[in-house]
Amino acid sequence: MSSQDIPEENLPSEQGTAHGAVSVADEKHPFADPGLPPHEHRIQDIDERAARRSERAVALLFTLSMLATVGFIVSYVAIPHDKDIFVFPIGHLSALNFALGLTLGVALFCIGAGAVHWARTLMSDVEVADDRHAIAAPEDVRAKVHADFKQGAKESALGRRKLIRNTMFGALALVPLSGVMLLRDLGPLPGDKLRHTMWAKGKRLVNMNTNLPLRPSDVAVGSLTFAKPDGLEETDEDFQTQIAKAALMIVRLQPDNIKDKRELDWSHEGIVAFSKICTHVGCPISLYEQQTHHVLCPCHQSTFDLSDGARVIFGPAGHALPQLHIGVDDEGYLQALGDFEEPVGPAFWERG
Amino acid sequence: MSTSATNESRSRGKAPAGERVADWADGRLGIYSLAKANMRKIFPDHWSFMLGEVCMYSFIIIILTGVYLTLFFHPSMNEVQYHGSYVPLQGQMMSEAFSSTLHISFDVRGGLLIRQIHHWAALIFIAGMFVHMMRVFFTGAFRKPREVNWLFGFLLLVLGMFTGFTGYSLPDDLLSGTGVRFMEGAVLSVPIVGTYLSFFLFGGEFPGGDFVARFYSIHILLLPGIMLGLMVAHLILVFYHKHTQFAGPGKTNNNVVGMPLLPVYMAKAGGFFFLVFGVIAVIAAIAQINPIWAMGPYRPDQVSTGAQPDWYMGFSEGLIRFMPGWEINLWGHTLVLGVFIPLVIFPLVLVAIAVYPFIESWVTGDTREHHILDRPRNAPTRTAFGVAWMTVYFTLLIGGGNDLWATHFNLSINAVTWFVRIFVFVGPVLTFLATKRICLGLQRRDKDKVLHGRETGIIKRLPHGEFIEVHEPLSQEQLHTLTAHEQYTPAEIGPAVDENGVERKVKGAEKLRAKLSRAYFDEDSQIPKPTVEEYKEITSGHGHH
Repeated sequence: MSSQDIPEENLPSEQGTAHGAVSVADEKHPFADPGLPPHEHRIQDIDERAARRSERAVALLFTLSMLATVGFIVSYVAIPHDKDIFVFPIGHLSALNFALGLTLGVALFCIGAGAVHWARTLMSDVEVADDRHAIAAPEDVRAKVHADFKQGAKESALGRRKLIRNTMFGALALVPLSGVMLLRDLGPLPGDKLRHTMWAKGKRLVNMNTNLPLRPSDVAVGSLTFAKPDGLEETDEDFQTQIAKAALMIVRLQPDNIKDKRELDWSHEGIVAFSKICTHVGCPISLYEQQTHHVLCPCHQSTFDLSDGARVIFGPAGHALPQLHIGVDDEGYLQALGDFEEPVGPAFWERG
Repeated sequence: MSTSATNESRSRGKAPAGERVADWADGRLGIYSLAKANMRKIFPDHWSFMLGEVCMYSFIIIILTGVYLTLFFHPSMNEVQYHGSYVPLQGQMMSEAFSSTLHISFDVRGGLLIRQIHHWAALIFIAGMFVHMMRVFFTGAFRKPREVNWLFGFLLLVLGMFTGFTGYSLPDDLLSGTGVRFMEGAVLSVPIVGTYLSFFLFGGEFPGGDFVARFYSIHILLLPGIMLGLMVAHLILVFYHKHTQFAGPGKTNNNVVGMPLLPVYMAKAGGFFFLVFGVIAVIAAIAQINPIWAMGPYRPDQVSTGAQPDWYMGFSEGLIRFMPGWEINLWGHTLVLGVFIPLVIFPLVLVAIAVYPFIESWVTGDTREHHILDRPRNAPTRTAFGVAWMTVYFTLLIGGGNDLWATHFNLSINAVTWFVRIFVFVGPVLTFLATKRICLGLQRRDKDKVLHGRETGIIKRLPHGEFIEVHEPLSQEQLHTLTAHEQYTPAEIGPAVDENGVERKVKGAEKLRAKLSRAYFDEDSQIPKPTVEEYKEITSGHGHH
């Protein structure tokens, strides 16, 4: 038995024939197809005891599956849905999810393993050959089909009665237009909606986190503050759509550090307000580097220099972040002095 | 029931119940004619043939679990306040889509498991399709008569990607919402009609209140419906064409060698469904996926770092990340090349691999059927093209995760991005050349093995002191297997004069084809396989190599 475990080709060949001499079945055509190799018996084919062992293994797997299903039902009933367990080395898991998944997985896997083991050890493993047939039809079939088609086409008179043909094509070409028309109301036309945000002259800048209007003294040098226009509340029906355009980020720079003249003009005591929406594809920008005054979009890594008109210094964004002209109102709160002068967010054809 | 009773009932013309049901069905459905060709259909055996099965079974698993999820999911963007059992988000405003996903995850027993099985199965489905496609590509299984089935499979991959995208966007969480925003930005970049497309897609401005409901019908009905049809057609063609096989003793282009569908493959393939399902269930039990509660509901003004799409969208993410921010402003219009070019290249990357079978069959001019698979080494140019394509794909995948590469490997994100920008062009050239060399090397090794036999590792000392390694000749089976592949000769441009001796015009396409054919099949691109004469000459001389 032990020598049969090693395939023939791994054994060292006999010294006499090993070097140079060759014994090939077909001396004339050494590369010819020798045909299907003879079937090699498995242990189960010749030893009934081994076959019974395989049978028991398959039955055991199917039994395990049944037990696992019982385990699934028990887990479903017994384990509270908010219980956590610690499983090394994975960590904390929902106990219910863990138990249900494991029992279901074992129940399914054992059915599969049993079936495959059955097929591999007990079903016939004799390889047989089946003939292939050409996919293309034989010539007479081909001729018949062509003739039939010509006959049918002729009887329809489609080629002869051009008026019918042309009007039919016309009708078929037009009728899908109704379907296209029906798509019109999928949405309103863009108009100039992408050009305007909620910001307007006199709108106060409200801190996104505290929901309180901002004073210049609330904005420290080196900090990054997010703001929304006064009057926009989370409970508003169009909050998501409005904040998608109006989200603002505020930083305070030393006025000497501001390189861009317009940026300086539109700032207040070094406080500058820029659109938070990236000009690349619209992610909210949220990473601020105090020392360099760079902001980085975490989605595609476009980097903008807030001390230089928020121009792009790295990454795929195509233009600078729009700046909001800000000032202070009578009561000392930061306010917008108008809407953004250019559209916020990703560029589009009509942006210009 | 006793034996005599059975015989009695037979003699009265009554067959067993199963047979009677089958007869009934045959009289109405003609199942016997169908079963005659298919019940004992022969399938060849090779581990790589089960990759397609993984896809089919994960698709079935996705459908089963997906139907369950629709029972609880509310495809609505109405804002509600959360009052479920996940404490950290209680009292927060969120869309119904998000809150119903939380409900599935925390309040429906087993809901989280089904959600995770659904998501894991989707990832495995698309990964399986990808690997299956590579298997078919590198073994040349796409050749006639299987080109149409290759396209069916390709469409399944593309539709699978979009079904996945619309699916993971449904919970309306912070991560997926960011992905949808990215898509909106990409749509906006389309010249002339971009804003209109975006407004029609979202029912107005982004995000509006419609896209979850719209993605829902696309995700659960439109795309899977088409995919189910394609999958059935794909399988019917597999049956109709009969499966390919590798060369070997007894295996020819005119036969199919293997074991019958009933019972062996019924048990093996049927069992394999349970194996795949079982493994995915265990993964879903222990490996958390898409924990939307940790990300929170979508807000257009919030984002988390490390935002990544599911892996199969990663290469499009790479395209958008490595692209320079080109923008052209002319006559009051903006051409957003920095976004639009990636949007155009995205389908082109996929189409490049999809059309390859047609290019190869044009170059070889081969119209015969091929049922014997190639070993990748025996088609060096094809293999090299495939590897070059994969290089582009995986470089883009690296580009799509440039932030993660930077943070996990302590690299500069700028350096990673620049690497991708350069390597996406240089990489495929390098890997093309290297792969071709490796294939040729392996062909030489095969040739050597055929002519000189297998190295046994046994060192022998000859009487005069020389040491040699003993080579063992191959069996005829091995000789046949190693020499069974076909080798094309390069196509020539036909004669420069026609049959009347008049100079004819050689078309550009003809020249290109001859050039490509040389690139595929000249002596630099394939090692001529050993001939019987060479073999006999070497093996007849005793005592020398």
